[in-house]
Amino acid sequence: MNLRFRLLCNFLLFPTLLSAEPLHAVGNIFRPLATPAELVSDLSTLTLVICAVVFLIVASLLAYAVIRFGYREGDSRSEPAQVYGSNQVEIAWTVIPILIVFVLAMSTARITSAVQDQQVPKDAVNVTVIGHQWWWEFRYTDLKITTANELHVPLSTTAERKLTFLTLKSADVAHGFWVPQLAGKTDVIPNRTNRMWIDPKELGIYLGNCSEYCGTQHANMELRVVVETPEDFEKWVTQQQERAAAPESAENQRAFLSSACIACHTVSGTRALGRTGPDLTHLMSRQTLAATEVPNNAATLRDWIKDPQRLKPGNKMPTIKLNDTQLDQMVAYLTTLH
Amino acid sequence: MASVPYPIDEGRGETAVRKDSYWARFAHAWVFTVDHKQLGLMYIIIALLFFVASGLQAAVMRAQLMYPNNTLVSPQAFNRMFTMHGTTMVFFVGMPFIAGLANYLIPLMIGARDMAFPRLNALGFWLTLFGGILLYSSYLAWAGTAGQGSAPDVGWFAYAPLTEKAFSPGTSTDFWILSIIMSSTGSTITAINILATALCLRITGMTLARMPLFVWMFCVVAFQILVALPPLTAAQIMLLLDRFLGAHFFDTRAAGDAVLWQHFFWLFGHPEVYILMIPGFACVTEIIPVFSRKPIFGRAAMIGASVSIGLISLGVWAHHMYTVGLPSKTNIFFAVATMLVGVPTGIKIFNWTATMWGGRIRFRTPMLFCIAFLFQFLIAGLTGIMLGVAPFDWQLGDSYFVVAHFHYTLIGGLLFTLFAAIYYWFPKATGRMLSETLGKWHFWLLVIGFHVTFDPLHFAGLVGMPRRIYTYPAGRGWEGFNYYSSWGVVIQAAAIAIFVWNVIDSLVRGKKAGNDPWDAWTLEWATTSPPPEYNFAVSPEVRSSRPLWDLKHPEDPDWKYEQV
Amino acid sequence: MSTAAALPLSKTESEVQNLDRGKVGLICLLMTEVALFSIFVTAYLFFLGKSPTGPYPADVLIVPVWGTICLLSSSLTAELAVRGLRAKAKGRFQLWLGITILLGAEFLRQTGIEWRKLINVDGLTISTNVFGTTYYSLVGLHASHVVIGLTLLLLVFVLGLRGASLDAHERRIELLSWYWHFVDAVWVVVFTVVFVIGR
Repeated sequence: MNLRFRLLCNFLLFPTLLSAEPLHAVGNIFRPLATPAELVSDLSTLTLVICAVVFLIVASLLAYAVIRFGYREGDSRSEPAQVYGSNQVEIAWTVIPILIVFVLAMSTARITSAVQDQQVPKDAVNVTVIGHQWWWEFRYTDLKITTANELHVPLSTTAERKLTFLTLKSADVAHGFWVPQLAGKTDVIPNRTNRMWIDPKELGIYLGNCSEYCGTQHANMELRVVVETPEDFEKWVTQQQERAAAPESAENQRAFLSSACIACHTVSGTRALGRTGPDLTHLMSRQTLAATEVPNNAATLRDWIKDPQRLKPGNKMPTIKLNDTQLDQMVAYLTTLH
Repeated sequence: MASVPYPIDEGRGETAVRKDSYWARFAHAWVFTVDHKQLGLMYIIIALLFFVASGLQAAVMRAQLMYPNNTLVSPQAFNRMFTMHGTTMVFFVGMPFIAGLANYLIPLMIGARDMAFPRLNALGFWLTLFGGILLYSSYLAWAGTAGQGSAPDVGWFAYAPLTEKAFSPGTSTDFWILSIIMSSTGSTITAINILATALCLRITGMTLARMPLFVWMFCVVAFQILVALPPLTAAQIMLLLDRFLGAHFFDTRAAGDAVLWQHFFWLFGHPEVYILMIPGFACVTEIIPVFSRKPIFGRAAMIGASVSIGLISLGVWAHHMYTVGLPSKTNIFFAVATMLVGVPTGIKIFNWTATMWGGRIRFRTPMLFCIAFLFQFLIAGLTGIMLGVAPFDWQLGDSYFVVAHFHYTLIGGLLFTLFAAIYYWFPKATGRMLSETLGKWHFWLLVIGFHVTFDPLHFAGLVGMPRRIYTYPAGRGWEGFNYYSSWGVVIQAAAIAIFVWNVIDSLVRGKKAGNDPWDAWTLEWATTSPPPEYNFAVSPEVRSSRPLWDLKHPEDPDWKYEQV
Repeated sequence: MSTAAALPLSKTESEVQNLDRGKVGLICLLMTEVALFSIFVTAYLFFLGKSPTGPYPADVLIVPVWGTICLLSSSLTAELAVRGLRAKAKGRFQLWLGITILLGAEFLRQTGIEWRKLINVDGLTISTNVFGTTYYSLVGLHASHVVIGLTLLLLVFVLGLRGASLDAHERRIELLSWYWHFVDAVWVVVFTVVFVIGR
């Protein structure tokens, strides 16, 4: 990755400062912002406290033993009393841990059920998440929207609870869907359908990652969940439901449609019907490129198309030989796809 | 020397008729040997060699992860590195090391002349070594038609369907499969040998109840190996059938099941971590009493706890699969089972502490490593409980928290006990003491380096850093933890370098050890250092679990107090 | 240290208790084999009914009655052979051992016939569907163990024919017969799973 990309990544990390929404970049599991994450956080805190107490007690006993019973010069050289054991003590330190396990087990059962066995309400937003090597496809089947890498969901408030249910499928190998502040992770496994739900309680952009090693570019499979007010969400939905913007320049569009790109990508309303790669119909409505943190603009898009292997070595988008004119025309066309 | 009614065989002296050439003697000692002590040392030597190789891989990975967006190594190279690092450490460092300890010490501890099957023992060793060589020869592999030669890059647990031909063309995954099948055969041989030896070759007077706890724990380990390794072998055979004969076990595009691989793998994988750790427990169970000058507290409880761990560990495997989407009842069952396996482990920590309590502790290097082990394994066990709580694992699993946890158990736990064992039994094997001064330097540098590297990684996991990523962006809260963690590598490397120097230097000019430098109580200390090939010229009398204590304290022998 | 009571190198504790390391070793090996077969049986049961396309078990599987009779009787004849060896009747031993080998070979021949039919007539191979995958791997794993057993039995038979004194190896031959019984016991399980439950 050349210096330019590195600079962009390190310093232009927050294109979203241009928008009003806060960026939840640090996925602290103890700052949950949706019910599943909150339920998990509560149980985790209880577990931490129990473990901390156990640690303090046992470590203190250990430390005391080490300090108090060390052989010092001048101590008797004879052997100390040879104690073989004590049944009462053994029973005590068997029973007490079992009781602790019992308490923790009860809480674990309750929370596990609360998260996993949640019913789908009628007004939930339903999204099918399809994991690919190495990008995310999101299909809002009821709303007839297909997009990539950036998941828009409506805010959930105490007044108006709005759940988003995710159906997880994989197109190739096992992946994992993890946005720590919204929910625990759920794996995305081929030939298997998994379900999870979120109800984000704060506006903003939440960052997450693929959490199951899936090959060369597993590290660059970032998730962006954009939580919007219900009104903004509706606006986004409407925009996404539209067909591709009419091209400003027919020549530019031709440059794109006659390229190999259409074998993998879709632009609705055109001849580009490929399904291997992300849907490009509303490419410019997305903040970043290629499931990384590289911001999405004409310059970065041009670099990406010119040599995808530079930003994401080993990824499945081939480097197509294009001269500068073709490249400029294609970028000019693609940047009209809002 | 009191006169004895039969001739003592001092070795080959009387019977050798001609002096073999240097190379003949070398070959007999290092190639054709079937002697358990020689094979034990050979196992440990190859374990240490693979340890250094794998440690270098770890160092490169931590260098790459020291900064965000680093470009020290390519993603392909990094992915190979974490796969090889994990595979090497488990199969070619951990397993050979415990095989080495078992083979060297068990016959000595039970008063036997060798293991039950000496030639099988040798076969097991060579299979293990050649398995490791096969794995590393993958780096030299031909690129193949898909240009995909070289070392495996699918992770040490090689989840399907990433390992299917469609997603891993080329030969790298096959190297992974075949080298482990070889090594597993070697481990199975060791397990058979351990059980046959312990059950059949104990000296008169050593009933099972009087058998050293070291041997008891290795019997539990042997049982686990026999039952838990076959699921891995079976899964790997199935994967080979998928890859070469077009079978569909894990081929998700043709009704195969990816989760089935996970079940089979973790059916092996979870007991495997106890297979690695219980030998560490076995070592500290022998060392702590000697340096506390008291017998182990609660012998029967220790046996019961070890057997319980061995059995329960076979039923907790799906705690590695909490995020797979199994039904809530399944997740709850495995969470409870996982928490329960913590109970006998806790009992052992309490018993070791109680052994030290009221003792007169000598802080020699073996004991220092044991004490650090106790603190560190306590933490490791508690982070394990956290991971066992299924919902907590939904956040912690597959993150750097898990990486921190298992390095805490394997380094903070197992490696520290292995160093304790080396410092304790090196005098017996070589006749020379390791340097105490260098040992203390080694110990303290390792403690510091270990904590500098692995303590921060818990927090990286708590703020969302997934594992197995070759790089990460700035601004996610991960940079600081990674930066400081990487510095620990330098400190740990220094510790290991000092250890290597200690070994080499002590072999040449270490203080002579004598039969029993630590004033210990098990049978291996009743013969010379190093022992003669036949181990014991004179059978010691065994009337309790501490035969040498009884000899040294005829006024207060154990057999007056022990119920068995 | 020479204050140790000087007992002559005596019997081991377990020799007093009559535990034979060969038996322990073989039982350990058989434990691993049970674990190995369990996984393949589990996979077979797991994939029952999951093949998206045929052929399906009920359509193509023929119950191998004759083969099973051969294999299970070979356990009987193996036991008779061992009894002959114990009674030092070498002729009897060789006879029953030879019959055991023939019966085992017939079992393999029947398996081969069934597989030939499945491949050529029904078009079922290991890569056809998950039924093919699990069927061939499970039955094949068992058959490979039969091959190993037959090879060892044949070795003993030939060595016996060439005049080797087998009395010294009575223990080992008995252990081999235990392995053979194990292979038969596994067949009972495989038979039940594949031809009874699975069809």
